[in-house]
Amino acid sequence: MKFLREQLDKQKPLFEKGGKFEKFYYLFEANETFLFSPDSTAGAKGVQIRDAVDLKRLMMTVVIALLPCLLFGIWNSGHQSFVATGKSGDFLAEFLLGAQLVLPIVIVAYAAGGLVEVVFAIIRKHPINEGFLVTGMLIPLTLPSTIPLWQVAIATIFAVVIAKEAFGGTGMNILNVALTARAFLYFAYPQQIAGDKVWTYIGDGATVDGYSGATPLGIAAGATDPKTWVEGTTVIQALGSTTEKWADGLYSSWNLFFGAYPGSIGSTSVIMVGIGALILIATGVGSWKTIVSCFAGGWVMGLILNQFGSNEFTQIPPHYHLIMGGFAFGAVFMATDPVSSAQTELGKWIYGFLIGVITVIIRVLNPGYPEGIMLAILFMNVFAPLIDFYVVGANKKRRLRRATV
Amino acid sequence: MSKTIKLKKGFNINLAGKAEQKIADDVRPDTYALKPTDFHGMTRPKLSVAVGDNVKAGSPVLYDKLSPEIHYTAPVSGEIVEINRGAKRKILEIKILADKEVSYESFDKYSVSDLKGLSREDAQAQMMKSGVWPNIVQRPFGIVADPADTPKSIFVSTFDTHPLAPDYGFTLQGQEQYFNAGVAVLKKFTSGDVNVNIDGKSEVSSVFSSVEGASVNKVSGPHPAGNVGIQIHHIDPIGKGQIVWTLKPQGVVEIGKLFLEGIYDASRVVAVAGSEVTKPHYYKTYLGACVDKFLANNLKQDHVRVISGNVLTGEKIAGNGYIGYYDQQVSVIPEGDYHEMLGWIKPSGRLSFHRAFGLFSFLSPKKEHVMDSNTRGEERAFVVSGVFEQVTPMDLYPTYLIKAIMAEDYEDMEGLGIFEVIEEDLALCEFVDVSKHDIQEILRTGINLIKES
Repeated sequence: MKFLREQLDKQKPLFEKGGKFEKFYYLFEANETFLFSPDSTAGAKGVQIRDAVDLKRLMMTVVIALLPCLLFGIWNSGHQSFVATGKSGDFLAEFLLGAQLVLPIVIVAYAAGGLVEVVFAIIRKHPINEGFLVTGMLIPLTLPSTIPLWQVAIATIFAVVIAKEAFGGTGMNILNVALTARAFLYFAYPQQIAGDKVWTYIGDGATVDGYSGATPLGIAAGATDPKTWVEGTTVIQALGSTTEKWADGLYSSWNLFFGAYPGSIGSTSVIMVGIGALILIATGVGSWKTIVSCFAGGWVMGLILNQFGSNEFTQIPPHYHLIMGGFAFGAVFMATDPVSSAQTELGKWIYGFLIGVITVIIRVLNPGYPEGIMLAILFMNVFAPLIDFYVVGANKKRRLRRATV
Repeated sequence: MSKTIKLKKGFNINLAGKAEQKIADDVRPDTYALKPTDFHGMTRPKLSVAVGDNVKAGSPVLYDKLSPEIHYTAPVSGEIVEINRGAKRKILEIKILADKEVSYESFDKYSVSDLKGLSREDAQAQMMKSGVWPNIVQRPFGIVADPADTPKSIFVSTFDTHPLAPDYGFTLQGQEQYFNAGVAVLKKFTSGDVNVNIDGKSEVSSVFSSVEGASVNKVSGPHPAGNVGIQIHHIDPIGKGQIVWTLKPQGVVEIGKLFLEGIYDASRVVAVAGSEVTKPHYYKTYLGACVDKFLANNLKQDHVRVISGNVLTGEKIAGNGYIGYYDQQVSVIPEGDYHEMLGWIKPSGRLSFHRAFGLFSFLSPKKEHVMDSNTRGEERAFVVSGVFEQVTPMDLYPTYLIKAIMAEDYEDMEGLGIFEVIEEDLALCEFVDVSKHDIQEILRTGINLIKES
């Protein structure tokens, strides 16, 4: 330990102003502060003591909150592959197959994103930001386990450059970086991220009889097309009948809640997202207001559509919206991103609620995009500053009124 | 009109080394100093004395060229021994070697009943001449009040919620009559109320409870409930173009003494506290005292940071430095210039407002913490939202205000309430800030911009 410190102290002058590797100071700083918290002290004036928290710890809290989703996603990726090909395997075999599929995606996302961070830190002379610890984990969890690795790399680079660095780096970005990566893939390479065929790794094996890789949202969206939809079946019946031949109960409400069904790696299990949500809320790192209002918005909009339904999808019980697809994951981990979310407390209620509402609108009324949460959050990211503008504006008005009376 | 204000937002920092309620009066520092840097509004300090001059308590020492009629006077009698200058010959300290027995300049003396007939002009002239005037701090901006103004109200917060803060009821015990006289004089300066704000939670010292002619408000809540700026916001908020004057209770007592006794008596009781002080308790001394005698044989170790004032708003001083004009407290904490292996993720019981992974201090709210001056992390971009608002019990958005200052957006600074806050009101924001910005410094930059615009 002491040796390490001595080595760092020895190398440090090389990276400081005037040193040989001055350009790479922030790369050095990132490594140094990872190993040792800095020995800097409070200034002569102002606070003389500081809170024990720092950004690294905060970001690690989010990463820890994501771990249940990651572990479950690894198992589920393997499990779905076994189910689809009719093989039988124990938990360990499923988990190992999942790890083979998922871990490379995680590693590529971290490596590609980390590289961009370092390059920009050197060019722009700003510190390497810990926010990437979270983004690098979020990106893989929103993708199917079958995604080609080169696409992961391109999407990550695109998102970090365009969504973050182009706006001035961490803290300045308007859009959620991880969702930008996913949206990029969604529109640039739809074959690999949308449709029935992409969610489950089949490998060399053959699928079982009657297999359909459709996600629950894909099946539900079918209800909006009167030509193919069998009149009179509800969405819930369709969810059951599509899968009963090869995996009975795959899309039962319990299993949608549990999460063992095809979907993005980390976002299928409401239980695991729930554990993450508990961690975020208990530690105060994620805003419970955003999470609660987002769920409320989705549920209320589902209820409203129930009243004005024109097809079977609108008639689905509203809680189904909350357990299908990535709704819960988006609400808990994406909507709460403090930088791209609304920043005022009142604004967070409005922002979250509208995300929920818009997600359900996109899902039900625009079946071209079965998963609405991604677009809803990106859309509300753009509007968050406007919400804050009015909330803060109201504060200014109160102050002005006081001055004139 | 008396009001009762209950505040919920805020955060109490519970530090080890609280001052025991015991006053030592046998420790007498040799030197005392006035520091022009204690006064924010003072842009061009000028000397009235030279090295070698003899002064009495109340003799002029210093003035601001822009308002020469306000005298900054010697707290004790003695000889001017040193004028300490910094870069560009900026005056830093004017040191006085104190006489054994303090002798005083004499000013007009009044009886309690005479005070009623005293005019504002006479009171003002005596206050400006004697050296008690700088006790009046004007809001907005937190600068020494301009005698030409008539404030809409005057505020005195009789309790201090900062970490290790002195108990004013204790430091001013037995000074009821002076406090009352001070309030009576101050009433002449405002058309509105003199607001004396007392702690709504604890028993109130008789010094403040017997005050006459003032409106007494009860304020309760965690820190910063004791900050006068927070109290003004809830009782009589400042709008653009309005002025409120604020004083510490010590200042009110000095004004009262000036008129009842005819002298400028800068004696005061200061708390010497903090985890590194062997025997933390109170000392009876004078304004601007050198701290060396208080700390001699009274420190647990050498590697410490001595602070004039409290750990949130104070200023680091040398081990033989001087207590600031507005401070009645010396805090001594360990210096934090060390690295810590994986300190960013190691679980720790260190005090934190947050509950992020590995921070457990919220589980034991009663624990007294030993905190050092380490920053516990590096400066980063603003990422987290909503935290500043949780420690600022005002209808105000500190994050937006700070960003407006950084962008030098004058209109937004005004709209977001820069007239209502000074450093101490946002000090907790600086403490809890995950991104480790110097919030108080940024705020002062903004105040200076607005003041000069």
